[in-house]
Amino acid sequence: MNNGFGSAWSRFTESMLFMPTLALAFILVGDFFLVPGFFELELKEGHLYGHIIDILWHGSPTMILAIGMTLVIATGGVDLSVGAIIAIASSVSCIMINPTIVGMNLADPRQFINDPQYTWMPLVLVVIVPLVIATLCGLWNGMLVAYGRIQPMVATLILMIAGRGIAQLITNAMQIIVFNDTYAYIGNGFVILPFGLPLNLPFALYIAGAVLLASVLLTRSTAIGLYVESVGINARSSFYSGLHERRVKLFAYGFCGFCAGVAGLIIASNIRTSDANNIGLYTELDAILAVVIGGTLLGAGGKFSLTGSAIGALVLQTTVVSMLSFGVPASAIIAVKAIVVILVILLYAEQTQTFIMGLVSRRLAPQEAGR
Amino acid sequence: MPDPSNDIVVMTGIDKSFPGVHALDNVAFSLARGEIHALVGENGAGKSTLIKILTGADRADSGNIEFDGRMVTVRSPLHAQELGISTVYQEINLCPNLTVAENLLIGRQPERLHFAIRWGELNRRAKTFMRDLGLDIDVTQPLGSYSIAIQQMVAIARALSISNARVLILDEPTSSLTITETAQLFEVMRKLRDEGIAIIFITHFLDQVFQVSDRVTVLRNGALVGTYATKSLSRLDLIRLMLGRSLAALDDMTAHKMESSKRIGTEPLLEAEQLGLSGALEPLDLTLHKGEVVGLAGILGSGRTEVARLLFGVDKPDTGTARMNGKPIRSFSPSASIRRGVALCPEDRKVEGIIGELSIRENIILALQAGRYWFSRIGTREQYEIADKYMKLLSISAPSPDQKVKNLSGGNQQKVIVARWLAANPKVLILDEPTRGIDVGTKADIQRLVLDLADEGKSCVFISSELDEVLRTSHRVVVMRDRAKADEFAGQVDEKRLMHSIAGTLS
Repeated sequence: MNNGFGSAWSRFTESMLFMPTLALAFILVGDFFLVPGFFELELKEGHLYGHIIDILWHGSPTMILAIGMTLVIATGGVDLSVGAIIAIASSVSCIMINPTIVGMNLADPRQFINDPQYTWMPLVLVVIVPLVIATLCGLWNGMLVAYGRIQPMVATLILMIAGRGIAQLITNAMQIIVFNDTYAYIGNGFVILPFGLPLNLPFALYIAGAVLLASVLLTRSTAIGLYVESVGINARSSFYSGLHERRVKLFAYGFCGFCAGVAGLIIASNIRTSDANNIGLYTELDAILAVVIGGTLLGAGGKFSLTGSAIGALVLQTTVVSMLSFGVPASAIIAVKAIVVILVILLYAEQTQTFIMGLVSRRLAPQEAGR
Repeated sequence: MPDPSNDIVVMTGIDKSFPGVHALDNVAFSLARGEIHALVGENGAGKSTLIKILTGADRADSGNIEFDGRMVTVRSPLHAQELGISTVYQEINLCPNLTVAENLLIGRQPERLHFAIRWGELNRRAKTFMRDLGLDIDVTQPLGSYSIAIQQMVAIARALSISNARVLILDEPTSSLTITETAQLFEVMRKLRDEGIAIIFITHFLDQVFQVSDRVTVLRNGALVGTYATKSLSRLDLIRLMLGRSLAALDDMTAHKMESSKRIGTEPLLEAEQLGLSGALEPLDLTLHKGEVVGLAGILGSGRTEVARLLFGVDKPDTGTARMNGKPIRSFSPSASIRRGVALCPEDRKVEGIIGELSIRENIILALQAGRYWFSRIGTREQYEIADKYMKLLSISAPSPDQKVKNLSGGNQQKVIVARWLAANPKVLILDEPTRGIDVGTKADIQRLVLDLADEGKSCVFISSELDEVLRTSHRVVVMRDRAKADEFAGQVDEKRLMHSIAGTLS
């Protein structure tokens, strides 16, 4: 196979996208045989519904988180605080949209829906301010890591613990319910296509796509991608080569914070509530796992693939949806994720790969000899 | 004094190659019972490779090892220990939070009923071991509460007791000791020698070689220079043996150098005035003109690298000033230096030079890209053009510019780093040991390149342990000794005077 397709195929198998795509395909094939109607799509009022749409829809926040996390992991660090940043960002947005609701009698919340009184601030600010605050949270992590020289795990643990406390302070320890429909569109809306095309997809998915596209452009059409990889592989050599190693790290953590803010808005809008205690709980682990599935090395840093991480997030979400449709109770899903972690560690370990390569080549060897 | 029948280790014809480097070339080494045998040579001379082969950490490509009259193949460090060869490394591999006795006997503690440790017996035994070394200390105290010297001796005691060692290898044991602590260690070494133990002592401190060793073996560039009775050598002899000098007559490079020396500018390009950093470098003056190559000579630890680090801004000086083109330098950092047109090709290629997982192309354009803004990326096509240009210019042999740098040989890696700095188009290029651990052909390439750069009007600071090389490339030689500038030689440098200066015996 020396034709164009062959070389493209071998380039693909050697690229970082190969393993996550293979994993995703493997799970989907399993679902095809084991879960009847897994791939069925239903058209209701021009909106598409089905398992696949669910996966894309609810996987969107994890995809966005994983994209931000990728850059942090590529610099050789990790960010444990993204769940807490989600809580802060969603609390800020909910309090901004509806500050007076706190302490009111909510016997019939429907009366507030689309009542201009309860859109306290312009929606533009309701979106921008939480994103700025989330970015500042990320920069704080970056300051501790790059300039304070604190271990990334310890540095981000600080915000991971403190963040939910801060979110509680912002919301006065209340669950704030949002009645504004425009805000709810971020996480619940479908984009109506022009010309009546019947393929309306969730708005959140468009956001995830836009974040992915923008971040790929940001890292690969500028020098940022090279800087991040270089710092992650050998920070000292990078410093000697004139890179501002600290600024690169600061950028990565700041960007990760921004992504957490975007994810926070989607989640809060989706459930129309800010629940400082539970929103985005354990999502940092999902994000890290997605990045690892995507092929970026945790701990070692270096070469990264944003698309790989996005696929990694889908692998995770597909696993969850498949398990739910098998009838695994939602409360046991976290145990399933643990199994995924073990599988990923086993599959990506160098020893396993050499072992598999060894099996393959041993099977090929007699044929070669026979020729 | 040495009597062949008294030899406990005889290594002959030892050969070892790593990709791109001939680390040991037909080296012979013998060690007698009851001697302290110093092993010296500059970095990359092959000392550590030889020791690794003796201790089983590495295998020789060819050659024989005879131990105690029998031919042996040392399979692993554990096997070496079983034979009776123990090693104490530079860093102490013990647990500072455990007691001295626990550190000494852990893993073979006296037990009662296979689960309870007999603490009294443990401490008594440990005490005996330490007393055998002439040290009467409280073995129930945590190891960390003692000085580094004592910790080192505990490590020696452990090494000796664990295997009933007959050969003890001390790898740079004195590098973190004070003078009194060193004397204490030497006391123990002499005591062990008198008991018949053979000691290999690796050090960079030549004074200590003369203080404590009976014989000394010199390696240079992976080849054996010779083994000598320490008493028969002078300090100057030893330095000459270590640094080497070729008797080859003036080659074409010298002619090239004479030619280029006519084009040296008169205006200083980079000037340092009383530039220093306390604890690292005494204040020094240094002037570099356009088109000039200044060699920095001196043995390892003499302050050569510190000069390079200050000039490039890796370290910030705390005294003195520096000027570039007559303008005072205010911000000291690599990125500011690059913007000024100063580049440093650092000493430690692996740690400070290459980005192993990145491609040759990405490594080459890195410094050039670092000098630009984040959003003005060098286009992919331009990157390939730059990479191709320098791969040809420096004859970097690799199938493609997309090859990962970590898969290249040492010499090619070095060329990639030199290419990185050439691509950044500096006015001043500082090369710290650019030819260490690379093959002879590449060495000549790099030396020639330095002179070519001078022809183009660039200035170079050339740092090397090899005197030959410094003499061949430099228009002026600055000698460093004890972290200070000792002498400066211009014009036709008298090699003998230069060596006296390095040794500190210039009258």
